[in-house]
Amino acid sequence: MRRLAIRLVVPLVFFVISTVSFSQSASPAAPATQAQVAALQQAIQNAQTSGDNGWMLVSAALVLLMTGPGLALFYGGLVRRKNILGTMMQSFAMMGLVTIIWAIVGYSLAFGHGNAVIGGFEHVFLRGVSLAPNPDYAKTIPEQTYMIYQLMFAIITPALITGAFAERMKFSAMALFLSLWSLLVYCPMAHMVWGIGGLLNASGGHIPSLDFAGGTVVHVTSGVSALVTALYLGKRMGYPRTAMPPHSMVLSFIGACLLWVGWFGFNAGSALNAGPLATSAFINTHFAAATAALGWTIAEWIHNGKPTALGAISGAVAGLVAITPASGFVQPMSALAIGLAAGFFCFFMVFQVKARFGYDDSLDAFGVHGAGGTLGAILTGVFAVSAINAAYGNDAAGNPIATGALDGHWMQIFNQLAGVAVAWCISAVGTLVLLFAVDKAIGLRVSPEEENAGLDLSQHGEEGYDFNT
Amino acid sequence: MMKIEAVIQPSKLDAVKDALLEAGIEGMTILEARGHGRQKGHTEFYRGREYTVDLLPKVKIEMVVPDDLREKAVQAIIGAARTGRIGDGKIFISRVDDAVRIRNDERGETAL
Repeated sequence: MRRLAIRLVVPLVFFVISTVSFSQSASPAAPATQAQVAALQQAIQNAQTSGDNGWMLVSAALVLLMTGPGLALFYGGLVRRKNILGTMMQSFAMMGLVTIIWAIVGYSLAFGHGNAVIGGFEHVFLRGVSLAPNPDYAKTIPEQTYMIYQLMFAIITPALITGAFAERMKFSAMALFLSLWSLLVYCPMAHMVWGIGGLLNASGGHIPSLDFAGGTVVHVTSGVSALVTALYLGKRMGYPRTAMPPHSMVLSFIGACLLWVGWFGFNAGSALNAGPLATSAFINTHFAAATAALGWTIAEWIHNGKPTALGAISGAVAGLVAITPASGFVQPMSALAIGLAAGFFCFFMVFQVKARFGYDDSLDAFGVHGAGGTLGAILTGVFAVSAINAAYGNDAAGNPIATGALDGHWMQIFNQLAGVAVAWCISAVGTLVLLFAVDKAIGLRVSPEEENAGLDLSQHGEEGYDFNT
Repeated sequence: MMKIEAVIQPSKLDAVKDALLEAGIEGMTILEARGHGRQKGHTEFYRGREYTVDLLPKVKIEMVVPDDLREKAVQAIIGAARTGRIGDGKIFISRVDDAVRIRNDERGETAL
């Protein structure tokens, strides 16, 4: 970054000097120098912005890639063949619907000025959201970049929930439910953790919690909402006696790899600049995915005798979920540990807890995202160090204030638990209210005949595959 | 005319086709099937759920042959498909009333 800045600045200096000296042949030296310095400062700022903005736009694209086709493929491969299009359509619908909602009012509710729980309407229709930076959020990138980056998070969060009600929800009900969910649950949670004046905001919130890229905002909310939805909707017909194995592990594999790569945008992009913090988050993300895949694989190898592809990719996703809140706060070795813990923990949640309680969280949205997010949020409080990210600034003596337990700030774990508790509550309550309302209004679940025929035919009049032509 | 239906292991299809061609039988229909006799299936694991897969992939070959080629066909199939293990498959033989060539209305054994 610095080299690039210098390469841009040096020729610019020559240009500025020659221009100024040409045009001010008889002026005194001081104003000319001031003008040069001002021009240099502007040039440096532009160089900084171009590097940061470039990375942020790429990150936004990477996060969108996680939804389409990452999640669409990952989930699509896990369902039965007759539901592949229906499943992919659910993710795709979010790409369309949430974008519109966000542009009109979502960004304002999440990131506008309001109170500790929700923003306001100052940015309705993106009024006031310009190409100039908003120093409340990111000083070196246009606010519109910040807005579009955050939009991609708002898109993927409800898309994650679709895993819980796979193969049995009406398309219309899903669209209505998740649109309302993004307003009622996602926007407040995003505001509380990241928005100006938010209750859980690390800078100045009443209960500062450390959530770098959305462990609570994205994963706990979607995971818990998934569990509530799975319980409300009930099991798929024939579950658990009828075998419903994934119809295409190949698609799921491709989707999982796209998720892994896309997650670099999700976590490292949350640095909101292209500086060293982005590097930390990038490395932590990758390390956690690797050890988590290993952890789940080992657990499964011991438990079942064979390491499965589904286990490996599920483990990787679990690690990525768990490192999400921690990615910009912890050291690389901590990331290895967090990933390994997530691999084992989420394996346990899916294999033991789900089996014991018997709920049909079809694609393990709760087991991986809800549980992994909760674990990751708590471990963030354990492993965060100010040396990586002085999130709480410096004290009077100029020393960075301790962030996590490893730094000596054990109270942070309580703050993390508070953040998790808020996420659990708002998700559970908000989801339940919305499910009830939408069910009363238009009905949530497809009929037994439709469920038998499959979502592709019953909801979309299409078939995913045609083996006859 | 005899109809011969053979359910065999998919991996033996090429060998059986070649053997039948060598025996002078050129017309056949191949179907992909699933099934089992006494052969047990296998278990697969997906996220901790155990699935018993007992409908195994098979290949079914159907052919109608003149009476005098019947034993030759059966021996060709057995020779190519047998491994000696459970799961080798079965051959069913039945009588056929008539056969018609769509192209030119030929009937009987000349239609085969």
